[in-house]
Amino acid sequence: MIDFELTPQLRMIKDGAHAIAESSFRPISRKYDEEEHTVAEELKPLAGLITGGMGDMTSKKKDKKKDPGAKKENRNGSTLLSVIGAEEMAWGDNGLMLAMPGSGLGNFAIQAVATPEQLERFGSKFAAMAITEPNSGSDSGSISTTAKQDGDEWVINGEKIFVTDGNQCDVIVVWATIDKAAGKAGIKSFIVEKDRAGCTVTKLEHKLGIRASDTASVVFEDCRIPKNNILGSSEIKTKTEGFKGVMKTFDSTRPMVGAIALGVARAAFEFTKKILEDEGYQFRYGLSKHKLVAVEKEILTMEAELEAIRLLIQRAAWMSDNGMHNAVEASMSKAKGGRMGSEITRRCVALLGPIGYSREWLVEKWMRDCKINDIYEGTQQIQQLIIARGILDYSKKELQ
Amino acid sequence: MINFNPTDDQKQIIDMVHRFTAEVIRPNARDCEENKNVPDDLLAKFWELGLIANSIPEEYGGYGYERSAVTGVLISEELAYGDLGIAIAMLSPSLFAYPVLEMGTEEQKKKYLPEFCGESFKFATMALMEPRVTFDATEIRTSVVREGEEYVLNGVKCFVPYAGRADLFLIIASSAPGSGVNGVEAFIVEKGTNGLIVGEREKYMGLNALELHKITLTNCRIPVENRLGGRNGFNYQRILNLSRTALSSMASGICHATKDYGVSYAKERVQFGEPIAHRQSIAFMLADMAIESDAMRFMAWKAAWLGDRGDDFTKEAYFAKLYASEYTTNITSNGIQVLGGHGYIREHPMELWFRNGRGFEIIDGLAII
Repeated sequence: MIDFELTPQLRMIKDGAHAIAESSFRPISRKYDEEEHTVAEELKPLAGLITGGMGDMTSKKKDKKKDPGAKKENRNGSTLLSVIGAEEMAWGDNGLMLAMPGSGLGNFAIQAVATPEQLERFGSKFAAMAITEPNSGSDSGSISTTAKQDGDEWVINGEKIFVTDGNQCDVIVVWATIDKAAGKAGIKSFIVEKDRAGCTVTKLEHKLGIRASDTASVVFEDCRIPKNNILGSSEIKTKTEGFKGVMKTFDSTRPMVGAIALGVARAAFEFTKKILEDEGYQFRYGLSKHKLVAVEKEILTMEAELEAIRLLIQRAAWMSDNGMHNAVEASMSKAKGGRMGSEITRRCVALLGPIGYSREWLVEKWMRDCKINDIYEGTQQIQQLIIARGILDYSKKELQ
Repeated sequence: MINFNPTDDQKQIIDMVHRFTAEVIRPNARDCEENKNVPDDLLAKFWELGLIANSIPEEYGGYGYERSAVTGVLISEELAYGDLGIAIAMLSPSLFAYPVLEMGTEEQKKKYLPEFCGESFKFATMALMEPRVTFDATEIRTSVVREGEEYVLNGVKCFVPYAGRADLFLIIASSAPGSGVNGVEAFIVEKGTNGLIVGEREKYMGLNALELHKITLTNCRIPVENRLGGRNGFNYQRILNLSRTALSSMASGICHATKDYGVSYAKERVQFGEPIAHRQSIAFMLADMAIESDAMRFMAWKAAWLGDRGDDFTKEAYFAKLYASEYTTNITSNGIQVLGGHGYIREHPMELWFRNGRGFEIIDGLAII
């Protein structure tokens, strides 16, 4: 039955995340925007509150164990929890949210595919994810970082860039190829502890926004890790099943990025609406267009857009929780969230004039922050490509 | 608990209506538009589906299934996927039946609902919109005055579906014109009542399959028991909300139709040695259509879901319609763009959907769910 009611558990997560965002993120939001590359010590006590999104509750494995028999029952599980939590956290601060110990993308990968032994070792670590290389951006199948087996160890060599939290994290989930000739099928991911010899952070990027979260370059030079640090199997399967497995992480992280954009946009929207109300503007729901003043129409349209983003995200997350294939829907939510979320923050800056542009307030920062959600985890254009292939039933070759 | 899955019953209805749309509505859409009507045999085929009688309780002669706005939007989206004009024409009896069902007095239900459970299509309608540039559904100028045991109606209405054929009219009028939604009431007026003058057929840019008329009320007198809901009156805001929800679901139907038509055309149309769908400029337009038409669908679902719960859904219904108006024009325009010159030619439905789609921003008061 079609239903949009949040379960008590989801409501609890929403309220809890909002409380953290409001009390812990907002007061230090400007500080860590100005002091880029300074680790936010204030976040340390919050470590473990969220691991790979939302703590133990996000563990897919646990979800699966619960009801193997009751397959057809509607479920609201880890993905909905993470998108609803993410919206609230990002409402507080997109950068600080990413810098929360345990909130890394690597944590997602570990929660999703780690063995019980790996979960034991790395479940509580702050894990970043290293995919991008100087010559591999959206085309993540072309990476050239290598992992070679040598006795009981893997030897990693290569350079990774744009590693979110690469400096602050404890471990990095590194994408590397074990057989370049096998193409995408040869790509596997490995957990590399930061203190391993041969693993060096070489550069911290200066960014437009989300400055509280570091973005690092990491070089691996004959970096040796134990054999059982590989995530998933080391077998090279025919075709590209292994790579597809890695890409599957996106099916739950893309709605989350959409949700982050939604959270930031909502923050800008609420602030803008409040200021305008204080200035005497009224926002009336239900009038014909010719009765609305321009500012009023803009506010109402933005609010409708926020609702549209939220529904697309909830649909994609709900599909994931119910074991449906959601690659296209995940991309829809991400494309919409990244694009329109950013657009809303830009409109808010314009609506507020000098207050919008001023660094005394946070709207200009939200505009800078939100833009990243239109880029990372696949740019808007990459999402359009995935959606288009989906609806046209085209292969990668047919639509490039 | 969040759920995007319709019930099994609803899925059966969707399947049934989807088949009906593919077999009956879509193949006849162009003819209906050009001939400017929906032939009676098509209306009869629709009536056989029993969709309106489904929502009417057995005691009034219906099938007694649950009355649900969610089921309503699922149906209206499917029908509009075939053709908007035909969809509104077919659902038009519910403009009268559903308000009576939800808000009528026991006597009104007993008197009128059985007429919607018979074997042939029942022409009945609602008159809400008024012909002026500054029309706003919250400012009804058609007036009503009580004189003894009668109400006297005066005013002009436009965009009244099947006014020329309807036996029953629900007239929206205000006892205090100029004071917003307060004082807005609905009155049951039967065909042939003195003072109810059905004007000429209206001509619009689109929706030509749908017979729309102006009507004029000149000292039109009706007995007091014809006030919808009797002494309690009716819930006008809910009618507006249901209307906006219905319109947004139908916009979603048109937009999904545009996207699907664009997809199949772009895969077949070969230029420069390959299908034009191989080009990102085409493919990305289609991707954006998919995003927005899904968003529209869910906004309609959410508003309808709130409506079924009895919650106030003024905001959600308004958002759904606002959103649908903005994006439908854009999507149907891009639909023409995908087909290029062929999109402009009346052999393809794109130009028709573009004209029909433009109506959403203008229309109010089509509570057909």
